[in-house]
Amino acid sequence: MKSPRGTGASLKNFPLFGPMAAIVFGFLYIPLVFVVGYSFNSNRVVTVWKGFSLEWYADVLSNDDIQRAVINSLRVASISTVLSVLFATGLAIGLLRMARAGKTVAWSLIMAPLVIPEIVFAIGTLALFVQIRFPLGVDAITLAHTAFCIPFALLPIRARLRSVDLAVYEAAADLGANEWVIFRRITLPLLAPGIVAGALLAFIISLDDFIVSYFLAGAGGTTLPVYIFGMIRNAITPGVNALSTLLLLVSVVIVTISYIIARRKR
Amino acid sequence: MAKGSTRARAGQGSWWAGLPGLAYLVALVLAPLVIIVIFSFLSRAKLGVGVKWEFTIQPYIELFYRESLSGERTFDPTYLQIFFNSVLYSLITAVVCLVLSVPIALWIATRPPKWRTLLVFLVTIPFWTSLLIRTYAFVIILNDNGPINGALQGLGIIGEPISMLYTPFATTVGLVYSFLPFMILPIYASAERFDFRLAEAAYDLGATKLTVLRRIVLPAVRPGVIAGFILVFIPALGSYLAPELLGGGKTSMIANVIAAQFGASRNWPFGAALSVMVLVIVMLALVAFAVIARRSSKRGSQQSLESLL
Repeated sequence: MKSPRGTGASLKNFPLFGPMAAIVFGFLYIPLVFVVGYSFNSNRVVTVWKGFSLEWYADVLSNDDIQRAVINSLRVASISTVLSVLFATGLAIGLLRMARAGKTVAWSLIMAPLVIPEIVFAIGTLALFVQIRFPLGVDAITLAHTAFCIPFALLPIRARLRSVDLAVYEAAADLGANEWVIFRRITLPLLAPGIVAGALLAFIISLDDFIVSYFLAGAGGTTLPVYIFGMIRNAITPGVNALSTLLLLVSVVIVTISYIIARRKR
Repeated sequence: MAKGSTRARAGQGSWWAGLPGLAYLVALVLAPLVIIVIFSFLSRAKLGVGVKWEFTIQPYIELFYRESLSGERTFDPTYLQIFFNSVLYSLITAVVCLVLSVPIALWIATRPPKWRTLLVFLVTIPFWTSLLIRTYAFVIILNDNGPINGALQGLGIIGEPISMLYTPFATTVGLVYSFLPFMILPIYASAERFDFRLAEAAYDLGATKLTVLRRIVLPAVRPGVIAGFILVFIPALGSYLAPELLGGGKTSMIANVIAAQFGASRNWPFGAALSVMVLVIVMLALVAFAVIARRSSKRGSQQSLESLL
């Protein structure tokens, strides 16, 4: 038998794991750094650095088509966020009281958009809308986004609901509150952080979506990612990077806020 | 007590609170899937947009056979090849993600608790940014006059730039980059629950670090590995952007062929049949996953999903 080799704390450091972790973190972030960095390039050719400039930001922000795309994106994301949060809050509460079989069915329906490849979901929705003669455009995109935002909105709300102490309901009922009062005065305030976190996640999922929007855009429904895709296809300038940087910034800020809200007071 | 148990339900709402949401999902998730299956058994519309309501299995025949103008059918492996390639790319992607993820997941899991949350958050951030932009990043990086070629030329390692963009290599790198967090997170979730004192015990009893890793730690994170594999494989299989922007048409995957049927090729029933095949592969993968994983890693995959949020 060999003698014990000390505390074993050294095992916390498998050789090479630290450096390999650093490499993977680099792999995750360096590509984004290049996107952001080249957005300040004054050269027309993205990857040939000429000098620092903000002209591409001025360029894209003053472009009418881009402004329209931004408005479309914001409209789609706001409405689908509100709708998906309403549905998700109902589902979170309903799931608690569902029988086992119902819960299984409901849960697979909710998670389906995460498991089905997005392209299939996109063309399926396209086929549905064409079949029922629903016009393509921002409204069609909004309806589709609402569906796949539901699971993202649901998970933080559900996590919050599960942590609620059931005794507070009992206490409220004992004190004579009816169901509606309990919902408005107790359930909703308790769920609020989960609802806000879920809403923020739903918002960026919708804002960043490309494939579903691309197929449902029709003539007037160009969203920002669909517009950026067109730019990449046509001619890549640092303008693409400038727009991408702005979109990245919005995503990172929103997910950070959501993260902070969801972790608070847990 | 008896009184208390009836009261426990008070204020918790009722199952019907979920009904509007379920109805919505039936209309906008289930219905599109049903429509796809129906369309795959219908005829091509005259102008190509939509379908003609005439039953046929022609779209499924087109998967395997080409029909000449005279109506003669010859076997055509084009689409089988694309399916095969897509599955292959997705498997390679999952394997590469696995190799990259195990060290970082274990490394994070062995940090002090207050650091772990932050490190996990850093892994999830890229997931929440636009997939289009993340894919575009590699259009820049792998470009002939992009930073990689620039650095290699600057160091005098190569004279002419290496063409990396618009190759299968570029597609694979893009896919790995797109889905890497889906592998890291479930492995981390398993590793975090693992009691590292077990590994220390083995080490104290004379096992080498490699043996500890191979015999103790890796089996313990297997549920996470299985969950990660499926979480990477499925979305990779349906990828549109990486092959489109990085493969340059040379490495089409199923999604690109499906998109073409609803775009330029204007053959909706065939596009629907291709989609049905994708769904079949996804379901087979999920069944295989369930069989391999049994219960433990199913829980692992759900936890990993929830740890994303």
